[in-house]
Amino acid sequence: MNTPSNLKYTKSDEWFDPATGAAGITDYAQSQLSDIVFVELLVDEGEEIEVGKPIASVESVKASAEIYAPAAGKVSAVNKGLSDAPETLNSDPYGEAWMIKIEGGAAGEVMDAAEYEKYCEGRSH
Amino acid sequence: MATIVEPTIFELSSPGRRGVTMPASDVPETALPPKPLLRSDLPLPELAEVDVVRHYTRLSKFNYSVDDGFYPLGSCTMKYNPKINEDTCRLPGFLFTHPLQPIETVQGNLALMFEMQEWLKEISGFAGVTLQPAAGAHGEFTGVLMMAAYHKSRGDSKRTKMLIPDAAHGTNPASVGMLGFTVVTSPSDSRGNVDLKALEAACDDTVVGMMLTNPNTLGMFDEHIEDVIKLVHGCGGLMYGDGANLNALLGIVRPGDLGFDVMHFNLHKTFSVPHGGGGPGSGPVGVGPVLADFLPAPLVGIIEEGDEDEMAPLYGFVTPKQSIGRMKAFHGHFGGGLVRAYTYIAMHGPDGLKDIAQYAVLNANYLQAKLRDTYKIPYDRICMHEFVAEGRFEGSDVRALDISKRLMDYGFHPPTNYFPLIVPEALMIEPTETENKDTLDAFADALVKIAEESKSQPELLHNAPITTRFGRMDEVKAARELVLCCWLPEGYDLNA
Repeated sequence: MNTPSNLKYTKSDEWFDPATGAAGITDYAQSQLSDIVFVELLVDEGEEIEVGKPIASVESVKASAEIYAPAAGKVSAVNKGLSDAPETLNSDPYGEAWMIKIEGGAAGEVMDAAEYEKYCEGRSH
Repeated sequence: MATIVEPTIFELSSPGRRGVTMPASDVPETALPPKPLLRSDLPLPELAEVDVVRHYTRLSKFNYSVDDGFYPLGSCTMKYNPKINEDTCRLPGFLFTHPLQPIETVQGNLALMFEMQEWLKEISGFAGVTLQPAAGAHGEFTGVLMMAAYHKSRGDSKRTKMLIPDAAHGTNPASVGMLGFTVVTSPSDSRGNVDLKALEAACDDTVVGMMLTNPNTLGMFDEHIEDVIKLVHGCGGLMYGDGANLNALLGIVRPGDLGFDVMHFNLHKTFSVPHGGGGPGSGPVGVGPVLADFLPAPLVGIIEEGDEDEMAPLYGFVTPKQSIGRMKAFHGHFGGGLVRAYTYIAMHGPDGLKDIAQYAVLNANYLQAKLRDTYKIPYDRICMHEFVAEGRFEGSDVRALDISKRLMDYGFHPPTNYFPLIVPEALMIEPTETENKDTLDAFADALVKIAEESKSQPELLHNAPITTRFGRMDEVKAARELVLCCWLPEGYDLNA
C-alpha cells in the first residue's frame, strides 16, 4: 500500500496535500474498489465547499462510492481530464488522478500517513 | 469448451426474407405520410419464422434460471416459481380483459385485487395497500412520496433528511434522491444492527424518516428494532420498511405491528412472481393508519355491499382523501404479478406462508453452519433468510469474483457479489425455502472444494469459469466502452 508521507488522509479514504491543496482518493481506496470505470466530479471551479461535501462519484466493476471533500475552502482547480481517464485512479491515484485543488484549504479531521496505514490495517482483518 | 458466438438477430438478417406473406390489399391505396413521420433508420431484421425461433431457442439455452438449478443470489429471493401460477394467470377470464373495460364486466379481476389488498394487509399488519407500483423501487418512490405528503399536510416543511443504514439496498438512497431529499447514512454496529447512539445523534426535527430493511442485507434481524422505530418516531419521522427481505418474516412478524408506517412488498421475490429476466416486477405498498389517506388512487373497494343470499358485492374504484394521485397507468401488473402472487398465497394459506419463512431461515442457517469453518462470516450469529461471507483467504489473491465464477463450473448460479458494501469481498448467500438438503449440501461441498483450490490451484479460480459456454467476461471493457448496439441511429456521433 502506497501512502506518501507528505499527504493527509481521511477516514473515508481521501488524501489531501496541504502544500498544493490537491485532493483525491487513496491507493487503499482504489485497490478496494478494483477497476474504476467511471468518475464524475461534482464541484466546479470557484465553488466554496465545506468539509464532507461530495466532490466526486466513482464507480468500479464492484461498487460505486461518493468522494468527500477532505478540506474546506474555494475550489481553485478541477481535473477536467479525469472523467475521460478513470483508469488513472487505479494507476496513479496521488498524481495524474488528483480530483480538485482547494484554496485556503482548512483540512477537516485528518490522519498522517502512519496513522492512516494503521487505520487501513485495522480494517483488512 | 470452444466459445460459440450467436450472431445478433440483425446480423442474421437478409434482405427479402420473411416470416409471413401479406395478402393482397383489398383497400384503396393511399399516399404514405410525409417524410418526417417516416423513419428509415430502423434496420428491422428480415428473417423467416424458423430462423427467429432457432435464434431465440439457442439464446435461451445459454441462460441459467431457477428451473435449471440452485440460484442463491442474496437479497433477490430466487425461489422456485410454481407452475400453477402460469396456469392461473392464463385463465381466459384474466387473460382477455382490458383495463379500460367497464367495471361491471371485470368483477372477477377486481375481486382478486380487492382480496389481494386485504391479504397483504393481513400478512403485514398494515391499514391500507396499493397494488399500483410496478416494481420494488417504484414502491419505494411511492412510499417516500406519501411520507413527503404527510409532512407537507402538517405544514412541516423543515424535514429534508432521510436516514438510511450503510447496509441498505442502493435503491433506497436513489428513491430519496428522486424527491430531492438528502440521504444521511446511518452506521451499523458490530452485531449488524443499526447503531443506536449514532441514530440518536442523527434524529432531529429535519428528519423525514428512516428507510430500513429488516432483516437487513446481512441477513440480520435488528435486535433493537423497537428502539430504532421509537427513536425515529420520537423526532417526528416516519418509518419506511424495505420489504425485499419479507420472505424471512411471513406469518411470524408483521412490520405494521412493529411500528413501521409504510413498506413495499416485492411480489416477484416473496410471492413467487418470476424475475431475474428484467421484469415485470410488482411492488405493492402497505401503509399504517397515519398514511392510509395518502395512498395512490384508485384503490379497489366495494362500492355496493352485497347481501348474504344472492347479491355479490360490486367492486369498483375508490380514492383516498389526500391521495398522492396515480403512480401508474391502469392498475399495476395484473396478470404478470398480481394473479401469480394471489395464486401463491392461496395455495399456501396462513400455515404454508409461515412454513416458507421458517424453511428459508433454516436453510440459510444450515448453509452458514456448513461454511463457517471455511469462510469468514463477519457478522456471525443466527441469521434470517440469508448471510454474508467474505470471499477471500489469508495470504491468497483469490477474490469473491473468482470464487463466484468457479461456482459456475460446479453448476451453480453465483451468490450476490460485493454487496453489502460493509463486508469486504462480500458473498451474499440466500438459499430460499425451496431447496432441499441435497442441493444445499452439494453447494456447500463446492464452496469448500473451491476454498481448497484457492490454495492448490489459484490460477484455476482466476480463469474460471472454464466449463461454461462463455469464459470470463471482460467486465472492465464492458463498463468502459458503452457501445451496446450493433448499429447506430442515423446521425448519431459516437464521439460527441
